Formats: sequence, structure tokens, C-alpha cells
Amino acid sequence: MNINATLIAQTIMFALFVWFCMKYVWPPIMAALDARNKRIADGLAAAERGKNELALASKRSAEMLREAKEKVSEIIAQGDKRASEIVEEAKEQARVEGERIVAAAKAEIEQEVFRAREQLRTQVTSVALAGAGKILGREIDAKAHNDLLDKLVAEI
Amino acid sequence: MSTEDLTTSAYIKHHLQNLTCTIQDGHFHCAHSAEEAKEMGFWAFNMDTLFMSLMLGLLFLFLFGRVAKSISPGEPRGMQNFVEWVVEFIDSSVRGSFTGRNAMVAPLALSVFAWIFLMNLMDLVPIDYVSLITEPLGIGHFKLVPTTDPNATMGMAIGVFLLVLFYSIKVKGLGGFIGELTLQPFGKFGLPVNLFLEGVNLIAKPISLALRLFGNMYAGEMIFILIALMGASWVSVSFGSTLLFGSQILLSLGWAIFHILIVTLQAFIFMTLTIVYLDMAHQEHH
Repeated sequence: MNINATLIAQTIMFALFVWFCMKYVWPPIMAALDARNKRIADGLAAAERGKNELALASKRSAEMLREAKEKVSEIIAQGDKRASEIVEEAKEQARVEGERIVAAAKAEIEQEVFRAREQLRTQVTSVALAGAGKILGREIDAKAHNDLLDKLVAEI
Repeated sequence: MSTEDLTTSAYIKHHLQNLTCTIQDGHFHCAHSAEEAKEMGFWAFNMDTLFMSLMLGLLFLFLFGRVAKSISPGEPRGMQNFVEWVVEFIDSSVRGSFTGRNAMVAPLALSVFAWIFLMNLMDLVPIDYVSLITEPLGIGHFKLVPTTDPNATMGMAIGVFLLVLFYSIKVKGLGGFIGELTLQPFGKFGLPVNLFLEGVNLIAKPISLALRLFGNMYAGEMIFILIALMGASWVSVSFGSTLLFGSQILLSLGWAIFHILIVTLQAFIFMTLTIVYLDMAHQEHH
């Protein structure tokens, strides 16, 4: 229990241990711990970034969905409009076509009537001529009275 | 009665005696008694203290150095986990108490803590088991706990003290350091008083460091010895003897469990004070 040269030896030993620890033990351990800290911090930052990006992306996708819905309803509205337009056009065309057909039919009918009348006229003329011829006999010159007869036919 | 007293005190003396050796008349010689050790004077070595502290220091450096060599920033396992835990604990202690910038303080704190912790831990080895190994080897005395030897604690404290002096002068300059010792707290007209007060303040640092650790461990060791004596007073199968024997078992268990706390606490206190003293050495006084 007395102080002796052990003191000096212990001090030297202490200095050597501290030196060794400072040189070979502490720096690599701290370096590894720092590296791990950095790795964890980076990982957390990346996770945070990923979360933000996810939020952004979901926001963007919701936006796009909304836009798409709007567009779709717009397109549907346009389609509806167009469809009714087409129906209207078709109706119009049909009406026009109908009118045209009616007009053509009328014209044809008129033509037919005219033709029938013409025919009838000529037949009436010949009948009248024949009748008149029979009544008047030779006295009536067909050629001389043709004008008169024609006038008569036109009056009919 | 007198013979029993003699053996009891001899037992205590035996356990408090270091293996003090020196080279006398050209040959290596170890003391057999405290008086003989005293006669050897300063130039003698406590072989047990040197051996145990060297072995425990090497054990610490081996364990930590092996991890430091193979450490990777990946997932820590086993020993690496433990070492990292210790290192982080020391690092946070240093960051908490040391305000300067010095790459040496943290490794110093780690060495101090681990070394003292291991040396103190030897206190938990049952005291009489040591002689089972040393006696056949012809070694008369062997104190297993280096920190119960004031040479060991004083040696460390001197190491810390030299570092305090070194960094005081390095940071503040020789003039600043001397100024700190002489010009406060009473200004330049109270110089002798200042020198006395600050001198005591300075010298008290290593002394208190060394004696606190030594005192605690020595007292703890002493109590272990006293507890170990209880069973030694066995005479026959009687109520008294059995009670004493049982008490020894219970008390040494209790004291050992309590000592785990003291072992750690004293290592921690020594480390923290080392950090604080070095921090004071780095600070400019106002």
C-alpha cells in the first residue's frame, strides 16, 4: 500500500492504452457509426421524398381523373348534340326528300293528267270529227274547219 | 483467544498486501510482509497490480480493437453491437460535458472508463479463490484488484493531470496559464493568496481523482474481506457457526450485487471528472 515505482509504470501503461485506443480503436468505430448515421438519415430522407412524391402523384392522378371525367362528359354532351343534330338533319333531309318525291309525283300526276287530257282531246277531236262528219257529211271540209275544231277541243 | 485474533488480523493483512518486488543485491526479490515491502523504498514494483492492469487493459484493447478492425456500417451484430453501445454512451457523455474541440478526449474517456471498469470488476472474484492459483505457483501475495492499489489510481490521475497541464498551456499559452494561477480571484495585488488558492485547486484535481477511486475500491475490498472472515470463525456444528456461515453467503452476495453498481459508478465518475477537468483546461477564464 505504499507508493513506489508502480506509479510510473502505471502512468506509462495508461498513456500507451490511451494512445492505442485513440489511434486504432476509436476512429474506425466512430467512422462506422457516422457512416451508419448518414445511411439512416439518407434512408429517412429518401422515404420522406418518396412519401411526398406519392402524395404529389396521387394528387396529380386525381386531377387527371377529374379532367378525364370532365372531358368524357363534354364528349358525351357533344355526342348527344351531334346525334340530335344528325337526327334533325335526317329529319330535314327526309322532309325535303319527301317533298321532292311528293312534288315529283305531283308533276308526274299532272303530266299524266295532261297526257290523258291530250289523249282525251285528240280522241274527242276525232270523235267530234267523226260525229260531225257523220252529221254534216260531205259539207264539212275537214281541212277547212280544222282550226275551228281545234279551238273547240282546246275549250274542252 | 489471542491466537485467533492474530490469525484474523494476519488474514486481513495478507489480503491487503501487494506482491511488491524489486531487484535487491542483483537478484529479483519479492516482499513477504508489509514491513519488507516498505523497506524496499520507491524503486519497487507491485507485480500483481502491473500484471492485472496490463492484462485487463489488453483485454479491453483486444475486444474493442477486434471489433474496430472488422466494423461495418451495416447491421451490427453481437460484440459489435455491444462495442457500439459503449462507444455511443461514451461519445454522448463527452459531447455533454466537453465543449472544446479535441479528438483525444473521447478515446481517452473510453480507455479510462473501460480500463477502470474492468479493474474494478475484479473485485467480484471471491477473494480466497485467487490464492488457489497463486499459491501453487509460489506467489505469496496477490491482490486481484489493481484499483485497490493507490499506485494504479494515482498513476492514471497523474496521466490525466499531465494532460490537463499540457492542454492548459497549449490552449491558453504559458502566460495565460500562469495568469490564471496567479491573477485570480483577487487581482494582481492578492498574488500570493491567488497562487495558493489556485495551486490547491489544481493539485486537488489528480489527488481527488486518485483517492476517490482508491478509497471506494479499497473500502469495498475491505468489506469483502470482513464478510469472508465470518465463515472462517467456524468452530463446530453449532447454531452460531451455521448462522455466521449463512450470513457470509447472503452478505457477500448482497455486497457483490451492490458492488456491481459501485464498480460502474466509480469508473463513470473517474471518466466524467477526466472529461470535466480537460474541458476546464480548454476554457478561457473570464
